[in-house]
Amino acid sequence: MNIPTSPHAPPRLQLANITKSYPAVVANSDVSLSVEPGVAHAILGENGAGKSTLMKIIYGSVKPDEGTVHFNGKPVHIRNPQEARALGISMVFQHFSLFDTLTVAENVWLGLEKSLSLPEVTQRITAKAGAYGLDIDPMRPVHTLSVGEMQRVEIIRALLTDPKLLILDEPTSVLTPQAVEKLFVVLKQLVSEGCSILYISHKLHEIRELCTACTVLRGGVVTGVCNPQQETNASLSCLMIGAEPPQLEHHQVKTGKTVLRVQSLDLPRGDQFGVDLEGISLEVRAGEVVGIAGVSGNGQKELLYALSGEDTRAAAPMIQVFDKKVGKFGPGRRRALGVHFVPEERLGRGAVPTLGLAHNLMLTRKNAIGKSGWINVKALEAQAQDIIRRFNVKAGGPNSAAKSLSGGNLQKFIVGREIDANPKLLIISQPTWGVDVGASAQIRGEILKLRDAGCAVLVVSEELDELFEISDRLHVIAKGRLSPSMDRAQATVTKIGEWMSGLWESPDGGEPVLRQAQDDRASDTQADSVRTVLASGAQHA
Amino acid sequence: MLKLEPRPQASRFWSYSSPLLALAVTVIIGVILFAALGKDPVKGLQVFFWEPIKSPYALGELMVKATPLLIIALGLAVCFRSNVWNIGAEGQFVIGAVVAGGVALLAGKETGRWIVAAIILAGVAGGMAWAAITALLRDRFNANEILVSLMLVYVADLVLSFLVYGPWKDPAGYNFPQTKTFEAITQIPRLMQGSRVSIGLLIALLGVGALWIFLFRTRAGFAQQVGGLAPAAARYAGFSSRKALWVALLTSGGAAGLAGALEVAGPIGQLTPYVPAGYGFAAIIVAFVGRLHPVGMVFSAILMSMFYIGGELAQSRLGLPKSLTGVFQGLLLFTLLACDTLIAYRIKFKLPSSGNRPRPRGPALATAVQEGGK
Repeated sequence: MNIPTSPHAPPRLQLANITKSYPAVVANSDVSLSVEPGVAHAILGENGAGKSTLMKIIYGSVKPDEGTVHFNGKPVHIRNPQEARALGISMVFQHFSLFDTLTVAENVWLGLEKSLSLPEVTQRITAKAGAYGLDIDPMRPVHTLSVGEMQRVEIIRALLTDPKLLILDEPTSVLTPQAVEKLFVVLKQLVSEGCSILYISHKLHEIRELCTACTVLRGGVVTGVCNPQQETNASLSCLMIGAEPPQLEHHQVKTGKTVLRVQSLDLPRGDQFGVDLEGISLEVRAGEVVGIAGVSGNGQKELLYALSGEDTRAAAPMIQVFDKKVGKFGPGRRRALGVHFVPEERLGRGAVPTLGLAHNLMLTRKNAIGKSGWINVKALEAQAQDIIRRFNVKAGGPNSAAKSLSGGNLQKFIVGREIDANPKLLIISQPTWGVDVGASAQIRGEILKLRDAGCAVLVVSEELDELFEISDRLHVIAKGRLSPSMDRAQATVTKIGEWMSGLWESPDGGEPVLRQAQDDRASDTQADSVRTVLASGAQHA
Repeated sequence: MLKLEPRPQASRFWSYSSPLLALAVTVIIGVILFAALGKDPVKGLQVFFWEPIKSPYALGELMVKATPLLIIALGLAVCFRSNVWNIGAEGQFVIGAVVAGGVALLAGKETGRWIVAAIILAGVAGGMAWAAITALLRDRFNANEILVSLMLVYVADLVLSFLVYGPWKDPAGYNFPQTKTFEAITQIPRLMQGSRVSIGLLIALLGVGALWIFLFRTRAGFAQQVGGLAPAAARYAGFSSRKALWVALLTSGGAAGLAGALEVAGPIGQLTPYVPAGYGFAAIIVAFVGRLHPVGMVFSAILMSMFYIGGELAQSRLGLPKSLTGVFQGLLLFTLLACDTLIAYRIKFKLPSSGNRPRPRGPALATAVQEGGK
């Protein structure tokens, strides 16, 4: 590729013919990219498209096999993140690197050159925060911050180095819609001041709102360069996945009797940085999908531990399955009642990484186990093979180690394992987190099929699009409390977003309006009046 | 320049080859050691690796020493596979021997053959009880089982000493700290004339089969190991970690106690302060060199037994201290731990780069897949 010469300023960042291979995959193949000064440039692609590797190359933590990097027109060889920062490249990672027990200022101080004193750093944080309207108290310990605030700390840390290029990796995956808007205000201000932004995401509406240039990656190859504001969602997702995502059928199903009833569940936190659950009440009936939205870290983890039986501290009547008080039942006894659970962590909780898929079946299934606990290895392998075929899992065979599968395929296997058990109640956490679009659609389709067959389904997810797509009713969890339920037909992103901040109290008393969650049986009639399909978040936002 | 690179997947080849490489390295260091001590290395190696297998009698002796090592290691494998770190098999061995010895002392002239069964069961019970202390403290108070089980070894040694210096001392024993020699009827039955190999060897081999079935063919064994491989998955599945803890410690304690009973009513024939021979500690090495696999541990038990016998022979034939046994055992464990690095990593030779533009190609493709999979 010949490097285009600009009549004015050289591009802020120019990558030419970057190739990076790993033993099993080619992460980037002949990728070229040019970011102009003062432009928000999107990197769009599915999980596994090579976005992260490309960013790590720019940030100096991965060395490319081939290709050149130019920064402000000069060829550079960035060998580590320190060199990247010295050049003026900063990065905000998807997963924060903050110490919970230290204050904001101390955390920022740790990442800076040692020439500054802590009071100086504190002062600079306040100044930067003021300049960009990032509201943060430098003296607060990090564990008292919300996830959105933690991200602000990361952004301030990045801004203190006065970057010329700011890289953000999936920054909105942990934010409420309102917080996303605030973040975009900051980012737009940065762009107007001449800073370039590389914005990694797979959320089309965000990219269309913020960015004026976009490079699309698929399978490590650039499949398109465009101005996202002149593209449609359909054309962008075509570039991203090579086809339009399949649309889901959402039938109207008559709900049956209550399968899961949670009554005023109170549970003090198990560990120091956990969340106390307060007065959580909800019901899931046969033949409906109930979604729980919320920003992570608001009690989802604690609620799911209590529902799955991994945490049996709840009083027995607080959790009822088919009117049976199961609060003190362990996971095995709940499973015997037909309660199956897909945890968020696939490796290490949903599956034993080093064991084969067949053996991983035995975590939750007993079909291949004979009397007196004897394992019928042949039957076990056959069962695993069956799930692999039925759910289209890409795996070497029933004895492939769980950790050898990609995240999406392992998730398909785990979801398949639980669905194959014909559950009466399926509880599923982050069903498509880190799963590519094709597999996501398949998993959501399976969930709806299960619902149509009369199973009660409870979905906990941070992806609003997903919840709008598959749920019949929605709750929001915030600060360990659960909102009343809302029919999907009445739910809007704005309202859910407000609730995510915990604002559903009645204005005078401050008493949560939890009662009405019990009796909204009739409101399902409008359920399919709103069909929310994938990547349609633009209408909501 | 040497560089370690993580492998995309653990190497199956090296998980089997690593013990062999470790043995080879141990032998090489042994040769250097013999040479440094001014001994003929060939003779030294002969003493360790040829003498113990050159005659049927020597082979028998090899089995006599390998039997307790294997039995204890089988129990420890259950522990280590379930992430319970019982380091105190030596103490459980000693208490098993003490309790079994106590039963053996009850035997008189007219006692029947049943006493052997009683001795063996007493040994198992003794070892289990000693391990149960560790289990209880861990279960109730979350005490660290490594420290508790290890410290209980010294308590067990003192219990033994108290008995043989005190109440159980043989009145006709010229004031030596030892019990009277057990009645002949208490002797663990031997397999054949002219060899000290006893039915203990059969018990050990039965144990190998039983452990294999338990680990690889029963749900209980699966549940036991999930706790060690992925504790959160065990919790998710609903496998009780408390049960796993108790099963692991009672199994290994019982196995160590069994070995103690077989020793004290077999080759030793009385209780003396020299009952603790370090089998409980050596068995930890046996378990790991044998990859915690029932069949693998058969081979590693024989190897460790060679070191025991070789150490004794080195003392009598070459005039070297007997502690050479411990040196070799330690060397083997150390080199094994080092060689195990190869399971997860590969060694890469890299020429020092001449310019400041290193362009890794070819072999450089062999970097971790984890970074690229995102």
